[in-house]
Amino acid sequence: MNALRRNVLKGAAGAGTVAVAVAAGLLKPTQAMAAWNKAAFEAKNVGDAMKGLGVTSPADSKDITIKAPDIAENGAVVPVEVTSGIAGTTSIAIIAEKNGTPLVGDFGLSGGAQGFISTRIKMGQTSLVRAVVEAGGKTYTAAKEVKVTIGGCGG
Amino acid sequence: MAEPMRIRATMAGDVADVKVLMNHPMETGNRKDAKTGQLVPAHFIQEVTATINGAAVLTANIGSGVSKNPYLGFKVKGAKAGDKVAVSWSDNKGDKNTAEATIG
Repeated sequence: MNALRRNVLKGAAGAGTVAVAVAAGLLKPTQAMAAWNKAAFEAKNVGDAMKGLGVTSPADSKDITIKAPDIAENGAVVPVEVTSGIAGTTSIAIIAEKNGTPLVGDFGLSGGAQGFISTRIKMGQTSLVRAVVEAGGKTYTAAKEVKVTIGGCGG
Repeated sequence: MAEPMRIRATMAGDVADVKVLMNHPMETGNRKDAKTGQLVPAHFIQEVTATINGAAVLTANIGSGVSKNPYLGFKVKGAKAGDKVAVSWSDNKGDKNTAEATIG
């Protein structure tokens, strides 16, 4: 019963947020992102996360650069920078393959935004940090291993 | 979410380099409170959007795997000094925040 209430509230909050943003002129309706992708973010493995993102068999690409430490000092704060040199990059997703819920973020780019995202992520243990790039309707991927000595997911 | 987010936007050639630091606990829901031994409920930013002069440049969904006090950097070609960058976020509890900055 509590889970149902939480989901209803979540849905209501999500819908409300987008509506407020549209009303405030911050988001044109066509550009409003789909409601938070619960299926993808709650997926417990990379395969399901990719499925949730609607990605199948992304091609390995050397035009995607992942800048992240070889060894993370602190698994709670791992700086990750993804640069996509693929023309027409429309989104970059970041996945920490061995996290309990691997999908960390899905960044949609438009209006001149370059194929570049810099952020800081949590990593529970040593794993590949994977980037999935969407460009020109196709998907591409690259990954880099980051060693973690002290996990940062709080579990 | 009480503290304002910080936005720094500077031009490098014809590309605006935008750096945002948001204030948020980004709780995964897996962490146990040290004092009570109870699980701290999940509380994290889910959506982040950025516009330049009202046009969307970044529409992101993120999860609790992003570190506490999320940092986000992105670049926008064609932006100019004086353009207005606005960043908004909303979280899984319905909390929101917005901030604006001028590209320097």
